[in-house]
Amino acid sequence: MSANLSALFYLISGILFILALRGLSSPETSRQGNYFGISGMAIAIIVTFLSVGNFGGGFIYVIIFLLLGGAIGAFIAFRIPMTAMPELVAGFHSLVGLAAVFVAIAAFLKPEAFSLGVVGDIKLASLIEMSLGAAIGAITFSGSIIAFLKLRGIMSGAPIVFKGQHLVNLLLGIAILFLIYYLCTTQSSNIFWSIVVLSFIVGVLLIIPIGGADMPVVISMLNSYSGWAAAGIGFTLENSALIITGALVGSSGAILSYIMCKGMNRSFFNVILGGWGANEQTLKAQDKEQKPVKSGNADDAAFLMKNASSVIIVPGYGMAVAQAQHALREMVDALKKNGVKVSYAIHPVAGRMPGHMNVLLAEANVPYDEVFELEEINNDFANCDVAYVIGANDVTNPVAKSDPQSPIYGMPVLDVEKSKSVLFVKRSLSPGYAGIDNDLFYRDNTLMLFADAKKMTEEIVKSL
Amino acid sequence: MEIDPFIFRLSIFILSIFVGYYVVWSVTPSLHTPLMSVTNAISSVIIVGAIIAALSGSTQNIFDVSNIFGFLAIILAAINIFGGFLVTQRMLQMYKKKKK
Repeated sequence: MSANLSALFYLISGILFILALRGLSSPETSRQGNYFGISGMAIAIIVTFLSVGNFGGGFIYVIIFLLLGGAIGAFIAFRIPMTAMPELVAGFHSLVGLAAVFVAIAAFLKPEAFSLGVVGDIKLASLIEMSLGAAIGAITFSGSIIAFLKLRGIMSGAPIVFKGQHLVNLLLGIAILFLIYYLCTTQSSNIFWSIVVLSFIVGVLLIIPIGGADMPVVISMLNSYSGWAAAGIGFTLENSALIITGALVGSSGAILSYIMCKGMNRSFFNVILGGWGANEQTLKAQDKEQKPVKSGNADDAAFLMKNASSVIIVPGYGMAVAQAQHALREMVDALKKNGVKVSYAIHPVAGRMPGHMNVLLAEANVPYDEVFELEEINNDFANCDVAYVIGANDVTNPVAKSDPQSPIYGMPVLDVEKSKSVLFVKRSLSPGYAGIDNDLFYRDNTLMLFADAKKMTEEIVKSL
Repeated sequence: MEIDPFIFRLSIFILSIFVGYYVVWSVTPSLHTPLMSVTNAISSVIIVGAIIAALSGSTQNIFDVSNIFGFLAIILAAINIFGGFLVTQRMLQMYKKKKK
């Protein structure tokens, strides 16, 4: 296949990828969008086979490895529980990163295969592109591995900070840039390997100080990095499908990071530099003497909700941990039978990744037109009889609106306290991720339900 | 003077960033998780480079070091392609409208 013809096909697959993302603007068009994405991928792979045109010895192995990877991927995709989606996405990011590193290494070892020159005399532009692709890919890989371990709970989610951390990162970053410069002048393979190794270290150091509820930002950021790595390799291979995709994914991840930061009213750097709960904020625990709290049981909750005319459910990460989404949906069904109007309110940073709560609710067969974003539903709390907070905490804290001293001041929160009564399902009065007390616990209209989210919801279903 | 092809690729890149910017802002927030899994899948189009690397060189020596890196990258990218698209599909199947 001629180079021009294959370039046109790569352009087509790039356009199909754009349409795949476009489809996600509404759930109705999204499934069709996914098929666009799949066809784009199929075109890119077939065109590559035809343009290489080498169906000799290696071809059969390529097919075998392709199917082997495909089988593993399909197995994971069908087996993974929806609650494990954040770590799955983090794991997938690490694979893209590592694949980018491997392709860059292959191109460095055998540049003639990609018509980039010969070993020891690789074109300057290609050298810069492939080393940037390798460096970003390596950062994506090791960073995503850390994110995966934290989300999976294998590694503590608590931020790991040490003195001079940011200085070390900065110096390593500068060192990588210097090495790329030296690589261009010397073409030495040792320098190339050093770039890869240093980038792996940077990836680890970049992610260990961030944890817990900041994970949505981390995942989006790594998503973005994986895109930029792909784009870097795309420039090396002079392949427009890769360049277009890299740019799409890179900007997609960047926008998601921005939305997540906005949802917490923090700057991107503030998140990256790590540790919200890690530093000063944990101190005030002792001057909190016992304030009166009203607590109730499942029967009280059932009584309140049964007699309400509208109920808003506020889910958070705790719902995912307790796997309470199915029980929740049963509770809502029972309420609807009693003629209660029920809707769901989702905070942008609820859960551990963008859209985490929406997927879990969809899994439990909650229709997506009952699920609302913060801006859409926030005014409705004032007219609602009961707000049922299940597994959320900081995102409901009214302190964010009233106390300029608070670390979460200015963060957009759900106006839960405006509803006539608030049912707050929580195991204890312990503070949330931000390390601050939730004022909502002590309000007159709040009834605390001290229990596991799933158990409590099941009990409420029984007494309805 | 002739324009360096690099400039053309740079133009594609920058224009695609703009396309990405507008397309992603139009994605409904409830589909942000499928957005991440599908971007994951499409960024594995890097498999193109892996295939070229794996098939390069002579037919006698198909397991040269650079070929091996190509083969490894094919496995990784294939996991992502199949896993990414299928898990996206699985998620999107779950989004249903209220039955009237």
